[in-house]
Amino acid sequence: MNASANLIALGTITRREVVRILRIWSQTLLPPAITMTLYFVIFGRLIGSRVGQIATDQNGVGISYIEYIAPGLVMMSVVQNAYGNITSSFFGAKFQRFVEEMLVSPMPSWTILAGYVSGAVLRGLMVGVIVLLISMFFTKIHLYHPIVTLTTFVLAAVIFALLGFVNAIYAKKFDDIAIIPTFILTPLTYLGGVFYNVAQLPSPWRELSHLNPILYMVNAFRYGLLGVSDVDLTWAYVIMFAFVFGLGALCLNLLHRGVGLRS
Amino acid sequence: MSSPSPIPALDVVDLRKTYPNGVEALKGISLSVQAGDFYALLGPNGAGKSTLIGVVSSLVNATSGDVRVFGIPIRTQRSDAMRMIGLVPQEFNFNLFEQPFQICVNQAGFYGVARHIAAERAEKYLKQLGLWDKAFQIARTLSGGMKRRLLIARAMMNEPRLLILDEPTAGVDIEIRRSMWKFIESINAAGTTVILTTHYLEEAEQLCRNITIIDKGRILENTAMKTLLGKLDVETFVLDLGEACVELPVVAGVQLRRVDERTIEVEMSRSHDLNSLFAALSARGITVTSMRNKANRLEELFVRLVEGNAGPAGGREAA
Repeated sequence: MNASANLIALGTITRREVVRILRIWSQTLLPPAITMTLYFVIFGRLIGSRVGQIATDQNGVGISYIEYIAPGLVMMSVVQNAYGNITSSFFGAKFQRFVEEMLVSPMPSWTILAGYVSGAVLRGLMVGVIVLLISMFFTKIHLYHPIVTLTTFVLAAVIFALLGFVNAIYAKKFDDIAIIPTFILTPLTYLGGVFYNVAQLPSPWRELSHLNPILYMVNAFRYGLLGVSDVDLTWAYVIMFAFVFGLGALCLNLLHRGVGLRS
Repeated sequence: MSSPSPIPALDVVDLRKTYPNGVEALKGISLSVQAGDFYALLGPNGAGKSTLIGVVSSLVNATSGDVRVFGIPIRTQRSDAMRMIGLVPQEFNFNLFEQPFQICVNQAGFYGVARHIAAERAEKYLKQLGLWDKAFQIARTLSGGMKRRLLIARAMMNEPRLLILDEPTAGVDIEIRRSMWKFIESINAAGTTVILTTHYLEEAEQLCRNITIIDKGRILENTAMKTLLGKLDVETFVLDLGEACVELPVVAGVQLRRVDERTIEVEMSRSHDLNSLFAALSARGITVTSMRNKANRLEELFVRLVEGNAGPAGGREAA
């Protein structure tokens, strides 16, 4: 397929994904809005008001607990929804067998992957914007470094979309796409510095926390919004790019070999 | 109709497929389908037809062998080969929550067809297949026959040079089946090569010019339909009688068998004339009120070939 045909194919998958997200908005966009509102009310307002200031920004101004957790909550929504979108959509296509529509077409593997990842990133963006708007009702949102904010957001969404794609490729039943989010993704997110400053953890938990890739995404995003981070920003980018390239190569290899798709 | 291309539409050489569970679905299949042909691929359940179609449409990875679509090898130039193929699968494999129009337009998009052209084609083929009034309904609400026609409309979206239909009329009533045949015949007349698998053998006999019969992953027959039908030397007729028949006459070269009081079955060579049979029946005062073939000719041949191939080997069913 030439470049323009590939672009049409890529646009077709992305468009189909967006139509799906909007068609079932009560399952894709509404739940994170309700969940995050509860987080802001309970952790931000009720508990956060007793915690007081948790960090200081680059000007030495204190950051309240609710301000501190807001970027983490946005990032948590983004990664969970990017992951959830691609697993449910791609596994649904496998389950109903309409993935074959794409497999019999001349589309190369990278177009299929890029289409599904774009859909997942767009859902992450929609949810991220919704959660950011909700957070404005509870706290002031700054934009310390727009480029860091945007690149971290996109890289994190891509990483979790790719992880979700691997999950969907290997999944044989619906339980298989629920196990990873429940037993791996959610614990890593909660332990990834969304609700606390890892520097305050005792050893060895502080050091162990640095093995968690979500820590780097949450803190890079927090840096973009607030200008504070528990991790080195360069390391955060190195780790995120390494995950994008590593997982991207893995997904393309799985698609090329037809693992879980071609018998 | 365009002049046929000298390059075969499909060329399969020594194709083998062994599934991970050890089932050998294809044991060295070789066949060639000429451009513009209407080709039947027949076989009992588990013969390997769907596996063969799966390999050609790149849904199944072959263990070994070579497949070329209009001279293009699918192993090394998959994308170019797939552009030529339209596939109507046996199972419904579209998103049940999308509308037929969306399904068709999206399918064209996967082939790189611009959206405005895809929309025109979707309208054209949905209208030709009598689905336009259902174009914007959720696919889940369509009847079985409508879903089958939607599969055909979807397969036409890239305007393929080779259309493969795997049991396209399964479970479809005769009226819709006939309208589908008419559509497929018109597509073939316009130059598209058609490969058809079906369990309705009269369908294959009427439509197809060439035929391959496979069983247990091997080709039993691969010839022109006329040549194959010419091999049928014995025919069986069913005669309905005016009155109850107690004793059957003996007619040289003809085997008669009573089915019930008023029905007999007659098996005779195709070279044998019917006059002597009717004369013998008349002499006994037996009146024949109607007569029909027990099965259509292809069905008889098919059963003989497959029964002749039945044996202890290859007892496991392929996908």
